[in-house]
Amino acid sequence: MQKNNSSSPQTDKSLLARRRFLRNLGLLGATAVSSFTLLEVKAREQKANTTGAVTAEKRWGLLIDTSKCSSGCDACVRGCNEEHGIENEGNDATRAQWIRKIDLKDKLTGSESSVPVMCQHCDSAPCVDVCPTGASFKRADGIVLVNKHTCIGCRYCMMACPYKARSFIHETLTNQKPAAPRGKGTVESCTLCVHRVDRSEDLQPACAVACTDEAHSAILFGDLNDPQSKLATKMKEIGASQVRADLQLNTGVRYHGL
Amino acid sequence: MSIDNTSYQPLGQTTSGYLWLLLVLLLMSIAGGYCAYNMEHQGHHITGMTNQVVWGLPHVFAVSLILTASGALNGATLASVFGLQIYKPYARLSVALAITLLVGGLLVLVLDLGRPDRLAIAMTTYNFRSIFSWNIFLYTGFIFLGVVYLSTMLDRKINRYTSRVGALVFLWRIVLTTGTGCIFGFLVGRSALDAAIMAPLFIALSVVMGTAILALVMMLVARWQRGILPAAVVNALATLLFWCLLTLLYFSVVHHLSNLYVAEHQADERFVLGGPFAVLFWFGHIVLGVVVPLLLLQRLRGLSQPAANKNTGLLLAASGAALLGGMVMVYVIVIGSQTVPQTLFPGKIVTASSFGDAGFAAYTPSLWEWGVGMGGVCFSLLLFAMVLKLLPLCSEAASAAVE
Repeated sequence: MQKNNSSSPQTDKSLLARRRFLRNLGLLGATAVSSFTLLEVKAREQKANTTGAVTAEKRWGLLIDTSKCSSGCDACVRGCNEEHGIENEGNDATRAQWIRKIDLKDKLTGSESSVPVMCQHCDSAPCVDVCPTGASFKRADGIVLVNKHTCIGCRYCMMACPYKARSFIHETLTNQKPAAPRGKGTVESCTLCVHRVDRSEDLQPACAVACTDEAHSAILFGDLNDPQSKLATKMKEIGASQVRADLQLNTGVRYHGL
Repeated sequence: MSIDNTSYQPLGQTTSGYLWLLLVLLLMSIAGGYCAYNMEHQGHHITGMTNQVVWGLPHVFAVSLILTASGALNGATLASVFGLQIYKPYARLSVALAITLLVGGLLVLVLDLGRPDRLAIAMTTYNFRSIFSWNIFLYTGFIFLGVVYLSTMLDRKINRYTSRVGALVFLWRIVLTTGTGCIFGFLVGRSALDAAIMAPLFIALSVVMGTAILALVMMLVARWQRGILPAAVVNALATLLFWCLLTLLYFSVVHHLSNLYVAEHQADERFVLGGPFAVLFWFGHIVLGVVVPLLLLQRLRGLSQPAANKNTGLLLAASGAALLGGMVMVYVIVIGSQTVPQTLFPGKIVTASSFGDAGFAAYTPSLWEWGVGMGGVCFSLLLFAMVLKLLPLCSEAASAAVE
């Protein structure tokens, strides 16, 4: 059977020209996009270099001197709550508690102590391991955070945390602070005041500031990786231990006098 | 190779009992949906859950449904993988039941999330260190493989693949139940949930609960077919459930004895055996869930076949008890372990704390939680009842005439 070819040479030429035009347009678009991406990456790199992006060179942590922490004082808790817009009142079992004070008595000696307990910013954080979406994550500088956009509220991290340091938001929240984007149905915990630390290394977390204001100075913030830092030299001088050191989580929060 | 002449058809005559059941299941599912909506809209403060008992009754239902789903596959596995022809007429029922139970379990799990609207994130963003992430693949894979398995049974053209797909699904369900057990086995901060034995324990619990629900469904379908389960099948099920229960008891004993042996776990173990959860543990898990069904099944196994034919009531009671006892066991594991105070400072007594570090946490499930959990169970059964009517799952050989 003879093939019925009705197209004229003129039509073929215009078809070819159209194809060529579309191909060139595609190539032009791809070149533009890739150039733009390269420029963007370059710009980000430059910005990171100039603004001091988060790197593993530093590891932020706290040293809590329990000998300076007094039983009746909850200045650190109030300071934290004020900084992040956390309610002080309500049902203790369901309200958010980024820091809580625990009074202890040694079973053998009877000696008493009082300690603030918050997220311990573990190096091998169980909450990070178990989070199905990766919303629980550890920054290069050791701060453990929750990505509020990808937290699905499964609460597996709360089951995994050995320190009971995480809170699930049970009720609708209003008037949240811009630095602490908190919301119903998600999990949250101490951020080591990352919004302050990122602004300036001289800005201490709210709990440490509140403790100093109360003239206790029991909480010291600093870089665990820098042997010359105030935190590291103090730890070397007075000694420090981890809560549940047996779990080998290499916590960023250390205690003296436990 | 012998040609399989067994004929299957969808559930025949629509009895009023079937229609009533469908209506009740539908209403319960809708009620469950309403409870879930309320929990999501108002927040979890309307439940009994707190920041100490973070997983409540919906998790108990979800885990129970997932375990039961995996175990309900026993009928099909025994027929197509282990070649026990007595279970062949029930293989299709078994797979359909497994799939629908898992769908219900996953539904409860999702509806109990703080942000169920972010399901798409859970399905697209993974952290492969998380056992939860593995389980998302294990659960969805189970449903997919289950559908393929059922298809090989339904379509005679691909019948020859049934045993091979069956073997794959069998391995998959073992891994799936291991994954579910591991969620409760590697929580280093909670001594009650830091035990690798949880995985085999969950596998044993799964075969008990799955066999029990399969037996109940087989009896119900036989009744809808205006017959009863053949005596040989009743005896086979009784023997299967009997040995599954003994396996569960064995792992449970090993679990609790090893906890008593290790000083670190002794306080928590004393809490389970003698604390506020002791009644549930001893009377719910041990007596109702193991001893009673074992005694009933032993009595049934001792009967002659014609007598057994008339004593499906014993199997019914044993299966019901095993199923309820299994759920109580899940409750003790999931809830009980969270009410025990976590030890942050070994060697010290907590004298004051604003977050319940000193004593046991309280938990009372709310009506909303019961609604979500029961809604999930009813939705599973509703799906199953509808599938039964739509697909040729029922064999004439599945029931015997009433004498």
